[in-house]
Amino acid sequence: MAKITWKTEDGNEICVDVKDGLNLMEAATANNVPHIEGECGGCLSCATCHVFVDETWFSKTGEIDDIEDTMLEMTDVEREHNSRLSCQIIASPELDGLILYVPEPE
Amino acid sequence: MQEPIVIVGAGQAAASFASRHIALGNRTGLLLIGDEPEPPYQRPPLSKKYMSGELEKERLFIRPEQWYSEQGITTFFGTRVVAIERNRKQVETTNGDTFGYDRLLLCTGSSPRKLPAAIGGDLAGVYTLRNIADVEAMAPEFQPGRKLLIVGGGYIGLEAAAVARKLGLEVTLLEMAERILQRVAAPETSDFFRNLHQGHGVDIRESTQLAGLLEDSGQVVGAELADGEQIQADLVLVGIGATPNSELAEKCGLDCNNGIVVNDICQTSDPNIYAAGDCSNFLRNGQSIRLESVQNAADQGDLIARVLAGEDVRYNALPWFWSDQYDCKLQIAGLNIGYTEIVLRPGTKPGGQSIWYYAKDRLIAVDAMNDPLAYAMGRKIISAGLHPSPQQIADTGVDLKSLAK
Repeated sequence: MAKITWKTEDGNEICVDVKDGLNLMEAATANNVPHIEGECGGCLSCATCHVFVDETWFSKTGEIDDIEDTMLEMTDVEREHNSRLSCQIIASPELDGLILYVPEPE
Repeated sequence: MQEPIVIVGAGQAAASFASRHIALGNRTGLLLIGDEPEPPYQRPPLSKKYMSGELEKERLFIRPEQWYSEQGITTFFGTRVVAIERNRKQVETTNGDTFGYDRLLLCTGSSPRKLPAAIGGDLAGVYTLRNIADVEAMAPEFQPGRKLLIVGGGYIGLEAAAVARKLGLEVTLLEMAERILQRVAAPETSDFFRNLHQGHGVDIRESTQLAGLLEDSGQVVGAELADGEQIQADLVLVGIGATPNSELAEKCGLDCNNGIVVNDICQTSDPNIYAAGDCSNFLRNGQSIRLESVQNAADQGDLIARVLAGEDVRYNALPWFWSDQYDCKLQIAGLNIGYTEIVLRPGTKPGGQSIWYYAKDRLIAVDAMNDPLAYAMGRKIISAGLHPSPQQIADTGVDLKSLAK
């Protein structure tokens, strides 16, 4: 279990305990986090689950593989150094307390 | 009291519509009626990870079952709508209930074509693949060593072949046309997937016509081909395309032509009725088309929610698709309809390549096999309306990223 917080640009916070093994795109859509769509179901084809990871947590969210790195080029809001596709972040006890910022497309 | 927006069909388009409707804060009530017992779920994994047992059912759900009631959405799952009465603005279900609507959304999807009963289409052990229920019926039959015959070399058939091989079944795949994927891809893409499947031990028979299935006491036991050859099979999967579920729309007099005809805001010939997803037929670049894809269902559903919230938007999303077979990821951007030329570009990694489709000098689509960069940049390039020359695309010395700017 990990407590995950999504912060949106309008100042809302959604804080949820996420079961280990679920990816954070699934967790976001299950909990109505805005702007996280996950149309491809987490198979790295749509780039609609983009998040910015809180700096202090970034390294704990795991490696970005080549495919994710490429798909991050297609996000609606341009990627930054702390960008991830949240379908590739898997909940685990090490992520307890993780904070994610949700970009809002134009 | 204002009547709700009624959504008939609870698939991807319905879920995307409902999500956007809620996100936009539209206060009009929603009533969602679907004929399957489950809430809207993702269909693509059915022929992939769900079929192979790697994904639990609940993880297919686009939103958790309780999400709908939490959002104030009324749902009737396992309920079929049998009629639309346009003049009274209401729908009727199988159990005789009627529901009035302010606006009606038809997200009725498509149904897999079956083999005619006269050639064995109704035998036990013959399956099609569209629903969770289809996979659940088929799954116990997917045992190592059993013989699976797949009729049709499209994406469903090929994806199922990959899962079946992984699970240790013997697989024969029949394709009536000259080559697998003939309807949807260039010969080079067909070649890639033929090699992939043959390398995994699938017996692929192209230009091969099925004469009929063979039975023993009502159970399929094999097939006879047009040339008289007989093939043994313990089970048969039929993947020969799908037809739009437009009967309801036809019965109530909406314009239909290979699907429910809609305009660029997904509105049918009745301004109070919209249609989205596999069942809708729309104009793209002056051509009447119907798409069976998550992208189209999601984007059309999303668009209708925006239209009903008063936004001035038009449907012109770039189509995209994907398919996973063994360790190969195929990603497609654009539509290759009417292509006149293709360009092959080797990928940066072994086993990766992309096929770029041109209609004269216009770049219209790309198939990327194990080459996400080609897919991502292809999508960007085509969306931006750029048309790099075939020579630039073929030249691996040219960085695709530079062409996308």
